[in-house]
Amino acid sequence: MTAATPTTYFIALSAVLFSIGAVGVLVRRNAIVIFMCIELMLNAANLAFVAFARQQLSIDGQVIVFFVMTVAAAEAAVGLAIIIAVFRHRQTVNADEMRLLRW
Amino acid sequence: MPVLLFLPLAAVLLLSALGVVLNRHPVRSAMCLVATLFLLAVFFIFLDAEFVAALQIIVYAGAIMVVFLFVIMLLNLEHDDSERRRISWQATAIGSAGLFALGLLYIVKKTGTLMPGPGMDATPAADFGSLQVVALRLFTAYLLPFEITGLLMLAAVVGAVVLAKKKIA
Repeated sequence: MTAATPTTYFIALSAVLFSIGAVGVLVRRNAIVIFMCIELMLNAANLAFVAFARQQLSIDGQVIVFFVMTVAAAEAAVGLAIIIAVFRHRQTVNADEMRLLRW
Repeated sequence: MPVLLFLPLAAVLLLSALGVVLNRHPVRSAMCLVATLFLLAVFFIFLDAEFVAALQIIVYAGAIMVVFLFVIMLLNLEHDDSERRRISWQATAIGSAGLFALGLLYIVKKTGTLMPGPGMDATPAADFGSLQVVALRLFTAYLLPFEITGLLMLAAVVGAVVLAKKKIA
């Protein structure tokens, strides 16, 4: 059997995944896709938590993932409700057209 | 998890994550995100986190993605032709995120050998990551955060209903 993958590989994968999510948040204009990219970043953090839990053989990392998922679910529900409310007012979910707070 | 299995799975994971960012159509982005979430569940299983992997599929790929698809359907966002930002902005965003990733990778490379703990070669206990072990920890050491989570969910439900309602009577 080949050697086990070191923890650093998982952490590196998590870092790249997080950066892809960050690029998506910065580059895309569709608010729903921006939300999906935020989910990507949360999942990258989850992967790091689980990898560290395995490295330390401590269950705490997996418990934290449970909390991250709960907060992500709450965030998705409220965020999508906000998107629906904005769409009802402006007929768009384009982030560039919501510029009331723009300096 | 053998490296020979890790590398192709990681490549597919990153490709589907790129698919989320690059696809013009929101539904295709959502499908790529579902693929990403499933692949992450595979990684969780290899990291001895069976319960978290099941949660990942049921809660993320199941519940959260259904909400996303439902909103896409509700808003009927089929065409999305305004999807283009200025090239200078895109280059700045990609460049800074790339620098961020390189910095993170550098830190991981420099500090990876210093990581505490028994590491991947150690065999975990047979029930590591099982529902019983996670639940025991959750309902003892993390009981207060767990209860606060319940409060957060209540606030989220009420907030979502109030926000999405047409008119509050």
